[in-house]
Formats: sequence, structure tokens, C-alpha cells
Amino acid sequence: MAKSQVSMTVNGKKVEELVEPRMLLIHFLREQLHLTGPHIGCDTSHCGACTIDLDGKSVKSCTVFTVQANGADIRTIEGMAAADGTLHVLQEAFREMHGLQCGFCTPGMITRAYRLLQESKNPTEEEIRLGISGNLCRCTGYQNIVKAIQYAAAKISGVPFQEAAE
Amino acid sequence: MIPGPFAYHRPASVKEAVSLLGSLGEDARAIAGGHSLIPMMKLRLASPAHLIDLAGVADLKGIREDGRDVVIGAMTTQHEVIESELLGKKIPILRETSFVIADPQVRYVGTLGGNVANGDPGNDMPAVMMCLNASYHAAGKSGERRIAARDFYQGAYFTALEPGEIVTAIRIPAPAAGHGYAYEKLKRKVGDYATAAAAVVLTMSGGKVTSSSIGLTNVAETPLWAEEAAKILTGSTLDAATVKKAVTAAEAITSPATDSRGPAAYRTKMAGVMLTRALARAKERAGA
Repeated sequence: MAKSQVSMTVNGKKVEELVEPRMLLIHFLREQLHLTGPHIGCDTSHCGACTIDLDGKSVKSCTVFTVQANGADIRTIEGMAAADGTLHVLQEAFREMHGLQCGFCTPGMITRAYRLLQESKNPTEEEIRLGISGNLCRCTGYQNIVKAIQYAAAKISGVPFQEAAE
Repeated sequence: MIPGPFAYHRPASVKEAVSLLGSLGEDARAIAGGHSLIPMMKLRLASPAHLIDLAGVADLKGIREDGRDVVIGAMTTQHEVIESELLGKKIPILRETSFVIADPQVRYVGTLGGNVANGDPGNDMPAVMMCLNASYHAAGKSGERRIAARDFYQGAYFTALEPGEIVTAIRIPAPAAGHGYAYEKLKRKVGDYATAAAAVVLTMSGGKVTSSSIGLTNVAETPLWAEEAAKILTGSTLDAATVKKAVTAAEAITSPATDSRGPAAYRTKMAGVMLTRALARAKERAGA
């Protein structure tokens, strides 16, 4: 099958590549661009480990063909920290609140939470839980992930983070 | 999982898309959001030789009013349905339904057109469209036509669409101002298809039902329009005895499969429970 030319912006960098039309975006990111932050978890669009930000939407990159993303602006977990290595506030929040154990779901959780906080500055706990309902975590029981997102939301808004009473 | 090879086409107009589908024939599939088709291709349950991506067709986007109808472009995503102020005001059952479809990531990509045209009995929008008496605009090589949602579904994955036709828009007569509505869906977890679900739209006057319509999801080979059940409700105050009669009538037309969501008898009963809840909530929301 003839390869197609695609060009897109990934983490602020312009990329131009040749791909087979059937190449899934997750395989393109991991194998061709060597961005192994987005993970392949379930491979059936359930788990959300492959979540990336694509043109202002959270998308499961295991269920998109690379050719469909031609011209897109993409952000993966690799594009979250500043160029000097300073962590993104969500990355800091996940570290501070112990929002991960094995870490497999974390890149998807953080990129999803990034878009959630772009759309809703001060989400309630329920909105956070619904907002990450397309991302599975098998370690944490979600409690600390929710806390981490609340911490990041508070920090972005410039208000002190207060943990809810248990 | 890696799908089989295919050639990728990205038409810029409906005309071009339909002409491609016509000339490439059975080996071609149209792709909207792709969140039903791509998983099928990954499992090699579908291996189209040509994929015709509708994402570049601007005419398939947008939500507009046309007289008393609201016309929604087929490529409108579930996320856009949820965000639409016009739909929230005129046909709020759509927002309620979109919100229980899949998960946030899938809703950013999954489309209304794909949901109604795929013919999967697990999809939620078809029963809602039957409930609302929507019609689908279809375009094919012999031109355009409209198909009533209530005539569209013939079997699992079998619809009134002819080979080479695509759904371009969904036309919905806006329910009367002050109508009551609800979509009640029982599912095992976020993202799951319904064990059973019920859509209700009704109007009331002086505490009595003046009109009502009921759709049922995933309790037969096709979505169901429960016409008899709705008739029973007309003129009633939605008292317990009448609701029970209507629920019995609705349960009678179901024929669910026994599967991982439960035995057939359970799913029929759950359709009844969902209908009872939807009626109660629609009543609460209905003006006078």
C-alpha cells in the first residue's frame, strides 16, 4: 500500500513523515517519533492510557489513524514540562499528591486532566471523576488522582489547596 | 492490533464522497468518528480496501434551525451536542443522551451521524431519534432523500440506507416548549452499552398527558418505538396503575438477547424499570 505524506505539529515541533494509511496514531507516536509516553494499554479504546491532546480535544490515539491527524496540533505527555525541565503543574500535582503507583496510566491521566482543566477551571469532585471516566487506573483507586487534579486546579487559580476531610 | 491495509480518501464535499462510494463499491467504507469502525478494523472484523473519511466535508458539520425543525450535521460530535446551547434549549434529551454515551475521549470524536447510521442496536441515539420522530437526510448517487428514523432500522446493522448512501444530517421536529423528557440508561460501567434504556418525551396540560413518545435501546435487534405503550398514557395523570399498564405494553415488544449484560428476562424487566424512571423524571420536568 502506497505511503501517504503527513505533516503535523507534535509538542510544538513540526513533523513531516511518510506513513501507511493503516498506521494508528499511537504506533506513529511511539514507533516513528519515539514518543513512548502515550501507552498502549487495552488497545480497544477503553483504558485511556494512549490519551493525547489533539486540536484541543482529548483523544484515544489507539483509535485514530495517523492520516486522520494530518495537519493536527498534538500534545503528548512529553510536551507537558517546560523546556528547562520544570514540571507542568499537573505533573507536580501527581507527584505531590501521590497520584500514581505503577505509573502506567499516568501519561493518559495527565493529558486528559490537562484538557479537563482547560475547559473547566474549577471542577467539582464529581466533574473530575466524570472527566477522567475514560481513563482506567488499576493501582490507586483514583482517590489520589482526583486529589492531584484538585491540587492542580487550585494552584492554577492561585488559591491554597485544601484536602477534603476524610 | 493492526488493521488490514486500505487506501485513504478525504473528499471535500458530499458529492465527492458519494461519487467515491459509488465508484469504489462494496470495498469502500465511509468513516465518521471511527470509534465503531476502527475497533472492528483492528479486530479484522472489517477490512475495507478503501476508507472514505468524511471529516473534511464542511457541509456535514453544524447545527441550525429550519422552521420548527432543528437540523444537525451528521459529523457533529457527541461533545458538540453536549456543548450546543441551541440543542440544550430546544431538545435537551439529546444532551442527556450524549452524556451517557461512552466516555469523554470517545465523545470528542464520536459523531451523531455515525451513532444513528451504524445500525448497532447498542447505540443510544437511534431510540431517541425514534422517540423524537426524527428523519435522516441521506445522499446517494441517485440524489437526496429523507428517511424517518421510525422506518430506518431493519435489523442489527441493517438499515434503510442503500449501498453507497450516507446520512448527511438529522432533522428533528423540536418538541413543544415546556415538554418533559428523560433518557434513562442502565449500564454496568461508564462506557458500556445499555443493559436496557428508555427515552421519553411528553407534554402535559392540567396535570394530564396530552402527548407522549417512547423509545427503547438495546432490548431487540433494532431500537424500538413503543407506540402502544405511549397511547396508553395519553389523557392519564401518569398514575401508578396507568404507568404499570404502559410498562407492560413496552416490555411486551422487547426481545433482548441473553448476553454478558444479563438474561433476556432480566433485560426486559430492566427496560420496564428504565421506562418507569424516565416517565417519572419527564413528568417532573414537564410544564403544567
